[in-house]
Amino acid sequence: MVKTLDKVDVVTVGVGWTGGIIGAECAKAGLKVRGLERGNKRGTADYLRVHDEFKYAIRYELMQDLSKETVTFRNNRKMRALPMRQMGSFLLGEGLGGAGTHWNGMTYRFLPYDMEIKSQTEKKYGKNKLSKEYTLQDWGITYDELEPYFDKFEKTIGLSGDNKNPFMGERSSDYPTPPMKKTPILKKFETATKELGYHPYMVPSANLSESYENPDGERIAACQYCGFCERFGCEYGAKSSPEITVVPTAMKTGNYDVRFHSNVTEVLKEGNKVTGVKFIDRQTGEEFIQPAEVVVLTSYVLNNAKLLMVSDIGEQYNPNTGRGTLGKNYAYQIGPGSSGFFDEQMNVFMGAGALGMTIDDFNGDNFDHQDLDFIHGASISLAQTGSRPILTNPVPPDVPVWGSEFKKASIENYSRTLSVFGQGASMPHKENFMSLDPDYKDAYGLPLLQITYNFTEQDRNLHKYITSKTESIMKEMGAKTVVPGAPLTDYDIVPYQSTHNTGGTIMGTDPNDSVVNNYLQHWDADNLFVVGAGNFPHNSGYNPTGTVGALSYRCAEGIIKYSKNGGSLA
Amino acid sequence: MANEKKGLSRRDFLKTTGIATGSIVGGGLIGGLIGYNMNDNGGTALEEKTGDTSKTGTSTRGRMFFSNDKDFKILSQATERIFPEDELGPGAIGLGVPYFIDNRLYGNYGNNSREYMQGPFFAGEATQGYQSKLTRAEIFTQGIQKMESEAESRFDTSFIELEGEQMDEILTDFQKDKIKMTGVSSAFFFKLLRQATLEGAYADPIYNGNNNMDGWRMKGFPGHQAAYINDIEKEKFMKMEPKSINSMH
Repeated sequence: MVKTLDKVDVVTVGVGWTGGIIGAECAKAGLKVRGLERGNKRGTADYLRVHDEFKYAIRYELMQDLSKETVTFRNNRKMRALPMRQMGSFLLGEGLGGAGTHWNGMTYRFLPYDMEIKSQTEKKYGKNKLSKEYTLQDWGITYDELEPYFDKFEKTIGLSGDNKNPFMGERSSDYPTPPMKKTPILKKFETATKELGYHPYMVPSANLSESYENPDGERIAACQYCGFCERFGCEYGAKSSPEITVVPTAMKTGNYDVRFHSNVTEVLKEGNKVTGVKFIDRQTGEEFIQPAEVVVLTSYVLNNAKLLMVSDIGEQYNPNTGRGTLGKNYAYQIGPGSSGFFDEQMNVFMGAGALGMTIDDFNGDNFDHQDLDFIHGASISLAQTGSRPILTNPVPPDVPVWGSEFKKASIENYSRTLSVFGQGASMPHKENFMSLDPDYKDAYGLPLLQITYNFTEQDRNLHKYITSKTESIMKEMGAKTVVPGAPLTDYDIVPYQSTHNTGGTIMGTDPNDSVVNNYLQHWDADNLFVVGAGNFPHNSGYNPTGTVGALSYRCAEGIIKYSKNGGSLA
Repeated sequence: MANEKKGLSRRDFLKTTGIATGSIVGGGLIGGLIGYNMNDNGGTALEEKTGDTSKTGTSTRGRMFFSNDKDFKILSQATERIFPEDELGPGAIGLGVPYFIDNRLYGNYGNNSREYMQGPFFAGEATQGYQSKLTRAEIFTQGIQKMESEAESRFDTSFIELEGEQMDEILTDFQKDKIKMTGVSSAFFFKLLRQATLEGAYADPIYNGNNNMDGWRMKGFPGHQAAYINDIEKEKFMKMEPKSINSMH
């Protein structure tokens, strides 16, 4: 017996950054909004005993329970896809705040070049810079059009930054709060990169440099640099997250509620409209229908795509023909970098998630690619996030990984090792996509999402180039031993790389090559919106959340417009 | 475990005094012998006025998973080879790592509770990660039995009687995937064992490893500190007395 609940104006699937922003903006505009969250309620009071590397960083306390649902993965179509049985390469969120609870808070704006990557590449380097196998496209929106939404997100989270990046798109206002503290470790990077002629700036941080009240009246505290940020929640309420900003803002209106333990299994569609969603109550096993005027998919990249697939909305991408858009342009990120072993001990255990410095001299098209065998690049950073002892056992390459020599070297180098890393942009390729798995099912009997993904020639060339840059920076920093990262081989889902998965529900100006328009409104149903990093047609050389936040504000505006006037917004 | 022999070697002592077997040893004796304090309470140095609970002599630490003493000793010796005692301080046994692993195997970790364990199972490629039907508890049980049978067939004695180099030879073959195991590779088992050893050495002592926070002390990691906002700009390396999250009340 499926029980049908009372209709709401807007239902969001998941309550993290995207669901929280949509909830707050639509509820402020007078719409009745309900957030369906499959996980638990949680907040600052739940993080008081969070300085526990084993529980949170190793055993993934705040992450998705994979026994209920995971993805399957293969490197290419010839391989048999198998389940990701344990968390590794990326960390999926669950519960109020989603991955916005356990993010590091590095908050960038993608470059103006990113939104027009195809036209700018062709204009500057001709039509054949990349082969046709790379399914590059413009975003259907420009940086200038997105700027007000970036601005809004940054004010909501109180972003701390220094405005010293010459490569950034133009800003309508300065950072809401000043930059984080420049520590001795950061100064090493700053001095070295300046010496090399680059342009270091402080990582824009959502762990705030000072306490701040956002335009909605929410208070965010000042970061205490405790060194437990990524994979953890913040016990100070000093890391901007949905639980302490947009969710309470939405709640205050009286027009918003969240239903927990509610796992959405289907988007219901009739003709060219959606009518609501079906969900299962995880605690009772009961099925419900939540009717809504507008449905917004605000879960993670992977689940947004999966829900459209299992609901049979849109056309599944087919790599043989290139037809279909759903699941297309799945991209990730690559991690070139170098480690350096120093003589002096440093306070590596202190830090904050977004405490770091970055250069963009080799990101986007900020450098000439005429004689290079790749496009785009990477931000190159040094971050002092807090090195913790279980996961930080650095030893030079000639030292064994266990036994007495290992013990000595790992203890010796724990406080004497730094890393310089790139976040390498990821260009879409016709063979990298998402689809439904034919064999494996989740706890609700639905197929698992299947990811077909491997690194490409473009990735390998970019990786090699950026690795050598990180190596020269590390040498300049004075490390006695510099160990560059190994060359890129096949993508491996086991080691952690980044939770920067993108694509699959991409945005654009044409239903033939995108899933949603530039208001993140679905081409096949005017009252269905899909928002998140899944909208990125490619992935840039930065953390995605800043751009996800901007798209969420854009999407909220679209929903409010649609609620007044109806129809397609494109 | 009374030992009749005189002139015990350091290793024999560790093997036989019960540090590895769970019986309580007077802190003075151990402390005097091996230069650090064997704390009987599972290593949580409480910061309350009552101070060090080890003085009460009651141990809260115990075995949950391993019912067989020999299996537990094999595990203990293997972890000690991975993370040995040296001039820097205690090794895995002194840190209570075998208890940490035992306790983890009797729970979510051992039962793979939060992982996808539905079939069908196929070996897959290395890039696809863990694809075994076996839980970690089953893998450890089998791995320890395998270590013992390797010792028997190579050296005609139990793993726990071997010299360190002989143990290393066997462990290296596990690491290099030269040992045949059922439903899992020996390299994967070794990886689990190594990782669990490091976790036990450095996790908060509430999990029954990192005895007396000596893992943290050796490494210069101060554990749970509320804030570094007043120190983070200092050039000099800060040495602090570590704190467990158990210091919060």
